[in-house]
Amino acid sequence: MIPGTFVYHRPGTVQEAVALLADHGEEARPLAGGHSLIPMMKLRMAAPEHLVDLRGIGALKTIAEDGGDIVIGAAVTQAQAIASDLLAARLPIIRGTALQIADPQIRYLGTLGGNVANGDPGNDMPAVMQCLGARYVAEGPDGVREIPAAEFYLGPYATALAPAEILTAIRVPAPPAGHGWAYEKLKRKVGDYATAAAAVVLTLAAGKVATCAIALTNLGPTPLLANAAAAGLVGSNLAPADVKAAADAAKAITDPAGDGRGPPAYRREMAGVMVARALTRAAQRAANGA
Amino acid sequence: MTDQIPISITVNGRSVRRFVDPRLLLIHFLREDLGLTGAHIGCETSHCGACTVDLDGMSVKSCTMFAAQADGATITTIEGMANPDGTLSVLQESFRQMHGLQCGYCTPGMIMRASVLLRENPDPTDDEVRQGIAGNLCRCTGYQNIVKAVRHAAAVINGRPSQEAAE
Ligand SMILES: Cc1cc2nc3c(=O)[nH]c(=O)nc-3n(C[C@H](O)[C@H](O)[C@H](O)COP(=O)(O)OP(=O)(O)OC[C@H]3O[C@@H](n4cnc5c(N)ncnc54)[C@H](O)[C@@H]3O)c2cc1C
Ligand code: FES
Ligand code: FES
Repeated sequence: MIPGTFVYHRPGTVQEAVALLADHGEEARPLAGGHSLIPMMKLRMAAPEHLVDLRGIGALKTIAEDGGDIVIGAAVTQAQAIASDLLAARLPIIRGTALQIADPQIRYLGTLGGNVANGDPGNDMPAVMQCLGARYVAEGPDGVREIPAAEFYLGPYATALAPAEILTAIRVPAPPAGHGWAYEKLKRKVGDYATAAAAVVLTLAAGKVATCAIALTNLGPTPLLANAAAAGLVGSNLAPADVKAAADAAKAITDPAGDGRGPPAYRREMAGVMVARALTRAAQRAANGA
Repeated sequence: MTDQIPISITVNGRSVRRFVDPRLLLIHFLREDLGLTGAHIGCETSHCGACTVDLDGMSVKSCTMFAAQADGATITTIEGMANPDGTLSVLQESFRQMHGLQCGYCTPGMIMRASVLLRENPDPTDDEVRQGIAGNLCRCTGYQNIVKAVRHAAAVINGRPSQEAAE
């Protein structure tokens, strides 16, 4: 399994990287952790002629607070996210999700930017970012723009990113202290993509749901924001009937493929189970203030 | 054809400079260019962990990285794990004593991964060892004795009597 030939570039700044991508057009691809791209190159499902390695760009590797946002550099690795005290305190769902991705070796190299830019519906971070209302910061030849995670995914491996654009950071509005969160992922084994997974971020006020977001992984051609399911819960106290109604509403928007993980009907059923578990777990965490 | 590029890497304490094809995978560089055949190729698909090496203190699967990406890095492979006098390191000796291997194919990857795990978490529980080596597959042992070997090594390193006995 040998990838095709390519020219290797290692720019030191975002501007150099953008210029290289602009020069080489569709034939060039950014390389971050390489743990989605290199396997695809080995299978010759991807054969870029130019690889623009982002690892020399220090500016992409920081995690910081900026106003009400937590700003995560695109080249921050999953291992770095797991070890970050700032993320543990302010965005625990990111740590909780990163720990469910692949295995330790892959998490040392795999980046958050690569995970969300890849566009594989099996990637776990996109649904979490949608749930958090994150915006992706993209820099291209025409300047910098922000793209809401909710509008980024167009289809399998198709995103709103233009060929010469680089994702430089993910901006996440910090949820209020005491919010509840959960990422519930059903998988066959370590290192497997989700059979079905659900992300939930909610806040409670006097025992009732004040705000709620639900998103789903690997249950359609893109990550799915289950807005109707979430809206139906506002004002409820998450009684079993409320949770079931939300799970049913979420199941209704899924369109899973049948593969080794199971036929579509099974995966849709599991979507409901994951949503119910995630709501229950998030509510417990909110109530405990954890 | 694309041009070869220069890389300089420290491998097991030795500094190495070479020209490589950009598409050369790190595992092939280690095995074929440097003759270090301790890191194994099991799956070639980033699943089995037999190719795990220590790169700047991280465990990485060298089948899923280009040698070019390792430019400037410090790498340790299983060949660099023995004590300077040639005797087995604590972790290697623990695998021997606890029967942490049968065919041995996964062992270089297991030991390289376990050494980073113990650096980050010097006294892991059984569960933490299992989570920590979740990216390394073994077709022979059923993992019991591998977990014991890692915990035994932790006990020796921490100067505690070991609770472990091989099964
Ligand atoms: C065995 C195995 C199991 C895995 N299991 C999971 C799993 O359970 N869940 C999961 O979510 N992922 C999983 N992954 C994928 C892993 O998390 C990848 O690391 C991640 O999807 C991509 O991140 P990367 O940094 O490796 O990106 P790369 O592979 O380097 O890049 C991926 C894609 O994104 C583009 N890209 C990368 N960075 C940028 C940027 N800054 N701007 C624009 N484009 C960019 C690249 O051009 C490429 O198209 C698994 C991988 C393996 C090998
Ligand atoms: S050969 Fe690298 S993970 Fe199996
Ligand atoms: S000892 Fe044979 S694969 Fe682990």
